[in-house]
Amino acid sequence: MKKFTYLLLAVLFASFLAACGGASSNTTSSGTYKVAVVMPSAINDLAFSQSMYDALMKIQAERGADKFEVAVSDGVFVVEDAAAAIRDYASKGYNLIIAHGSQYGASLKEIAPDFPNTTFAWGTAGDTFGLPNVFAYEALSQEGGYVNGVMAAALSTSGTIGVVGPIEVGDAKLYVDGFKAGAMAQNPAIQINVNYIGSFSDVALASEAAQTHAAAGADVMTGSAQMVVGAIGVAEQQGILWFGTQSDQSSLAPKIVVASQVYDWTVVINDILDLMSKGTLGGKVYAVSLANQGLLIKFNPDYSLPAEVKTLAENTIKGIQDGSIKVEVGQ
Amino acid sequence: MLQEFFSTTVLIGILASGIRLATPYLYAAIGETIGQRSGVLNLGVDGIMLMGAFSAFYVVFRTENLFLGLIVAMIVGGLMGLAMAFISVTMHAEQGISGIGVYLFGLGMSDLLFQKLVNNVETVQGFPEIHIRYLSDIPYIGEIFFQHNILVYLAYLLVPIVGFILNKTTFGLKIRAVGENPQAADTLGVNVALVRYITVTVGGVFSGIAGASLSIALLNVFQQNLTTGLGFIAIALVYFGGWRPLYVMAGSLIFSFVNALQVWVQVLGIPIPSDIAVMMPYLLTIIVLVLSAQRARQPSALSKPYMRSG
Repeated sequence: MKKFTYLLLAVLFASFLAACGGASSNTTSSGTYKVAVVMPSAINDLAFSQSMYDALMKIQAERGADKFEVAVSDGVFVVEDAAAAIRDYASKGYNLIIAHGSQYGASLKEIAPDFPNTTFAWGTAGDTFGLPNVFAYEALSQEGGYVNGVMAAALSTSGTIGVVGPIEVGDAKLYVDGFKAGAMAQNPAIQINVNYIGSFSDVALASEAAQTHAAAGADVMTGSAQMVVGAIGVAEQQGILWFGTQSDQSSLAPKIVVASQVYDWTVVINDILDLMSKGTLGGKVYAVSLANQGLLIKFNPDYSLPAEVKTLAENTIKGIQDGSIKVEVGQ
Repeated sequence: MLQEFFSTTVLIGILASGIRLATPYLYAAIGETIGQRSGVLNLGVDGIMLMGAFSAFYVVFRTENLFLGLIVAMIVGGLMGLAMAFISVTMHAEQGISGIGVYLFGLGMSDLLFQKLVNNVETVQGFPEIHIRYLSDIPYIGEIFFQHNILVYLAYLLVPIVGFILNKTTFGLKIRAVGENPQAADTLGVNVALVRYITVTVGGVFSGIAGASLSIALLNVFQQNLTTGLGFIAIALVYFGGWRPLYVMAGSLIFSFVNALQVWVQVLGIPIPSDIAVMMPYLLTIIVLVLSAQRARQPSALSKPYMRSG
């Protein structure tokens, strides 16, 4: 028992030292950033979390790991745990802490004022709480949804499209609404069946929803969030075309994925870093869009998309970029 | 719109997907029924399922051998059941709390192993659908009942087998005796600890198969927290079914049919808010639980550790 007590003391002492070490490194030389990110699912979920991780890795590759240090806490779906991690990173002297999930907002609002020299960013959201050290970012995912919808309607021969949505909120709802608008614009007679399964992670129900869409006659499907792997599996089995969003989902089913809307947060993070170097620690709301290249449509190279549909998609992208096509959802 | 709802496509769709959806619940709930009839409440079902799901997935991912994957899931599930038996029978631990411990262990461990060993969204080729000759050609009936993968058929086969063992065999009598009055059973020479070790371990094996039925038969992927609390619904279904395998099966089917129904309700565009629709199966479970609580009597010694007195 005595041994155990000593051991415990030693561990406590060591962690105390580590904490001190962290705090003293708060001041970093200019051009060097310590970035921490907290996200709700895995960094390789082929969806929301991966989109942020990929962006950070891209910036790290450009700037070098010594200039751009990245710490990741992924799979933090419990908000209280995320709040603890955010606070922990802030007290360890990270310069930029990204809370990648709209559910983390309330925690950030409490924590950010305690660390006025640290920059926080969160999304998808449009609110900085009026705090000088908080950035917010959101995605106009309805734009890519619209482009995907146009292609889906052009490719559907059965005239029925199935949508597997998670919960009817945030960028998932924007994407689905944009997708519907695009498909209707291309073919007003198209039948679009939408199903929200009430979860971001229930793969089994997503799979069953896809089975149901197939039975209802859908020959093209789309969906949003990390549970869609269940739906993509069904689509692949039944030879149904799939449109992805958030990350490039081509690798999951190369035969049936037509295209994916990809979130590229690089533009946002680079601008935040730029502002930070000028002494602005927050206050700005970003929206990634097709126009600012924060949203990209990635065509699956393994799927032979008919040339006229590809042209149609490219024209739609141009139209949204120059404003001649208005995607009027989520306003 | 309502006419559309009662079309044969939709009805067949609901029944077929209900039968499919019920499979993992059935394995887990039948396994839990055996354990509870012997007096052990195992709340770790979901964690064991996750470990079963991951190990089956991983073995199939590496070897492409489905039966090896299934067997490994059974072994892993059995070992976790054995651990639960050790904690609750030998160590006399509070069963509710230790079950939660087993659940959290499975949840964390399966995710850790997934991240360390796979670390990517990967898919495997799972058990294919088997169209049973002649039977699957029967109009309507064939589509509903006879076009599923082998784990679906086995789940339903398990129900009468377990029912028979519990009600008609000496071993079943011992299980029930240990669950009702371990003191009396002990006096009559029944080895209480051994019976409980066997039932909880077998329950673990079934939970392992439940997990495998998701990861290598129905979904063919693995993700962090793949089961999303499915094991807890399975435990509720044991109460729902009043600790009788046939009724547990009925409960699993009702829950799954309602779940399939709500999916169709949305697909057909019937104007019910999606949040209300997804609540339906859970709401139903709560209502039936409340109603059946008056009726069914749980095993008297459920969740009580047995210590020989004197």
